[in-house]
Formats: sequence, structure tokens, C-alpha cells
Amino acid sequence: MTAVNAVGRAVAPPRRASPLRGLVPALGILALLAYWELHIRVFQVPHYLVPPPSVIAQTFVAEWPTLQRNVGATVIEAAGGFLIGNSIAILLAILFVHSKTMERTLFPIAVAVRTVPIIAIAPILVLLLGNGYAPKIVIAALICFFPTLVNMVRGLEAVEPSALELMRVLSATRRQTFFKLRLPSSLPFLFAALKISSASSVIGAIVAEWIGADVGLGYLIIVSTFEFRTGLLYATTVTASFLALALFLAIVVVERLIVRWQPDAPQR
Amino acid sequence: MTFSTSSGPLRALDGVSLVIRPGEFVSLLGPSGCGKSTLLRLVADILPPTNGTISVAGEAPAIARRRRAFGFVFQDPTLLAWRDAEQNVLLPLEIAADGRNPRERAQRLLQLVGLERFGGAYPWQLSGGMRQRVAIARALITEPKILLMDEPFGALDEITREYMNLELLRIWDATRTTILFVTHSSPEAVFLSDRVVVMGTSPGRVKLDLRVELLRPRDPAMKETVEFARHTGALRRALAGEMKLDA
Repeated sequence: MTAVNAVGRAVAPPRRASPLRGLVPALGILALLAYWELHIRVFQVPHYLVPPPSVIAQTFVAEWPTLQRNVGATVIEAAGGFLIGNSIAILLAILFVHSKTMERTLFPIAVAVRTVPIIAIAPILVLLLGNGYAPKIVIAALICFFPTLVNMVRGLEAVEPSALELMRVLSATRRQTFFKLRLPSSLPFLFAALKISSASSVIGAIVAEWIGADVGLGYLIIVSTFEFRTGLLYATTVTASFLALALFLAIVVVERLIVRWQPDAPQR
Repeated sequence: MTFSTSSGPLRALDGVSLVIRPGEFVSLLGPSGCGKSTLLRLVADILPPTNGTISVAGEAPAIARRRRAFGFVFQDPTLLAWRDAEQNVLLPLEIAADGRNPRERAQRLLQLVGLERFGGAYPWQLSGGMRQRVAIARALITEPKILLMDEPFGALDEITREYMNLELLRIWDATRTTILFVTHSSPEAVFLSDRVVVMGTSPGRVKLDLRVELLRPRDPAMKETVEFARHTGALRRALAGEMKLDA
């Protein structure tokens, strides 16, 4: 008699075909758009309140030159703020990790800056820096700065104690410990923060444009709202959303190129 | 090497005195908290002793460390996840700015630990035993006189551990380094060592310094002999005094 008789082969089930997996979310979005279109036609909702997707698409094509002109300004502001805000955050994080005194002195200031609402600080910066790109870039930078600072400090400190002991045994200098150990191990944390701030930099730029601008997606949102050009308002919103998505995907691509050691499956 | 040290307000070690000859394989055996890892970290100049003297290859630990007189193997392999096996083995040479045919030396060591085909594999692609082999190769690349090992096989399963013990003896035979090996397994200590130093707790001190009288080369079949049992029995009795109800 056998209690357990194990004879057999274990074969991993075949993975689902990938075209189908891409199709399901696309179908979901299409269904939502179809319902939106139908609802407005059936209940005869006026287009100046909520335009149907077909009208938004038409506006998108008709107003493309306007959108294109305004999206350029927002890209410059968002990307500029993204670069400046994150660079400062990374440099500060490096400073904090090497000097606890600096961390204790400057971190409360960083928190204080964070607690000031962006909406409140935007008019102040426009007054200070004028109507050009400068205040928008500063606001986008401010909005990017804090998440990156916090994550980068965590990343630089998220080093196993035994790895630090290893560097000690190898007689590594502080510089070597930083570049060969701390910096690479912080990269997954940094990219997590960059993904957050890629989308927030667009928000920062648009909010700043509301306060005072004559070009940009934020400016276009204000103008189209006041002029009841609801189709253009929706088309602008869609453009802003795609801009944030594009920045996000750019970060994902860079991350895939640099952080190659993290397997898709959980480690160990 | 001579130790006689104490460390910290909580006396981790007290009146420990120990001399290890070149080429010797010595195990430090004891329960958790007996200070055996602390002792190893004093030798490696990871921790400074409160008082007492340590000499490693005739020099103070800090100088020995800078001269790369010893290699250190940790309980977990401590490999850098973004480097493949070969790049991990090369790390000590990069830090020492030692450019004498590094890749050839790394390849030779990967061969010594049986991983010549895995130089391009990343740590997450390797098994626990393989990762620890990479760590051993990394510790050996600076051609140290002494290898300090802190429970290197403690996290491995029994079968892998037994195999790694044999591999370590083979590597030791090929490199002729002195090995100071921390473990809490008596059979492992007896099987590997020339001498087993049993340490007691609070504060850490030497309880027994046992010379292992088993022939070399060691064979796993020796574990079934009366001789082997006599050695592990002596260690067990020395350790028994350390058993506490609250432990």
C-alpha cells in the first residue's frame, strides 16, 4: 500500500497570449467612451456642459495648432522644474547622508517648504519672478523636490549593515563606499520618486500658468473655461494627461535601461 | 595572533587570549551572544577593542586591513545585486586600485570555487550556496594570509552545507590560508578544524581549546566514527554549562 505515490511532471502552465492581455484594458476604455457618447446623445446633454468624445476628438484635430503651441511652453516648464527640483533633491540627499548636522538643520526647512500650499505660493512667485517661464519652473521644481528628497535619503541609507562592514574590511574610502555601494542601491528608490514627480511636474506647471501666463496648457484651460469652449477645455485636459503619461513612460524606459538587476519576480 | 580584549559597557568579551598559527584552521564555537562574531570583528578591525591587543599577521588589525592581509566572509553573501558574479569578485581589486590582470585572477578564483561558467550571472540568478561561493572567491582575490568566516554556511540547508564544508576544505588545501571560522555547529567545527575554541557567554570567554585529532584529508564518513563522536561529545559537555533556562 502506498500512502503517497508521486509520479509525474510539473510543467508551468503556458502564459496567456499577450495580444489578448493588451486588448482587455483597451476594450474597457472603449466601452466607457461608447457609454459617454450614448448617454449625451440619448439624454441630449448640451455640449457646452459636457461634450461627447466625438466632439472632443473633432476639437482636438481642429485646434491642434493651438494645442501644439501651448503644450510646448508647458513641456519646457514641467521638464525644467523636473530637472532642477530633482537635481537639488538628489544633491541635498547626498549631503544629508554624509552630515547628520546638515540633515538636522535643513530637513525642517524642506518640510516647511513642503507644507506651504502650491496654490498659495504660486501668486507670490509670479509677483517675484514675473510672467515668464521662471515662476512656473520654480513651482514645478518645488512640487518635485520633496518626494525625491525623502526617497533618495531612504535609498542611500537602505544599505545592509553587512555591506557597510564589507566596505570597511576592503578599506574603501567614503567616496568609494558612496559610488560603489550607496548610490547604486539607492537607484530603485530614486526611480520610484522620479515616477511620482514626473506627473506632479506637469501639475505644477499648469497650476502656475493659471496664476499668470499668456501661453501654456494651464492658460488654455482658463481661457477655454471663460469662453465656454468646453470642447477645447476637454481637449486641453486630455493633452495635459498625455503629457504627464509621456514623461512617466520616459522615466520607466530610463529605469529599465539603468536598473537592470531587479528581476520582475520578487527576489529570493 | 593574540587577543585579550573587552568591548563596550556590556562586556562582550573578557580575558580572551588566543594564538593561531599560520595555515591553521581554527573554529570558534559557542551559543548566540558569546561574542564569537565580536571577536572576529575585532580581528577584522570592523570594531575597535576597548582594551587589549590584537595582532594579525604580526601587525595591528587596522594596518593588516589596509594591507589586505585578511579576507572576510559574512553570514549572508553580501553580494552587490547590480554586479554579476565576476564583477562582485573584482570589487576588492577595484577598491585597492590593483590592476594586475584582475579579470584573469577573478576567473581563476571562480574556477577554484567551481563557478567558472557563472561569471556573468547576477546574484538573484544564483542559489544560496553559489552566492556564498562567490563571496568566498571575493574574499580570496586579494590573496589574503587569513580568511575570517562568520557563520558562512549558517543560512544554508543541511545538504548544501555539508557539500560546502567539503568545498571549503578543498579551497583551504589549494590556497593554504589560515582560517578563523565562526560556527554554532559542533559537528561542522570538528569536521573542518585543526582546533575548536569553545566560547562561553556573559562575558564571552574561552571555555575549551580542543585539538582535533582526526586525520586529513577529512572524509564525511569520519562523522560516523567513535573518534568523531568523542570530539563532539567533549564540545557538547563544554557547551552544556552554557545552557540556561532563559536562553
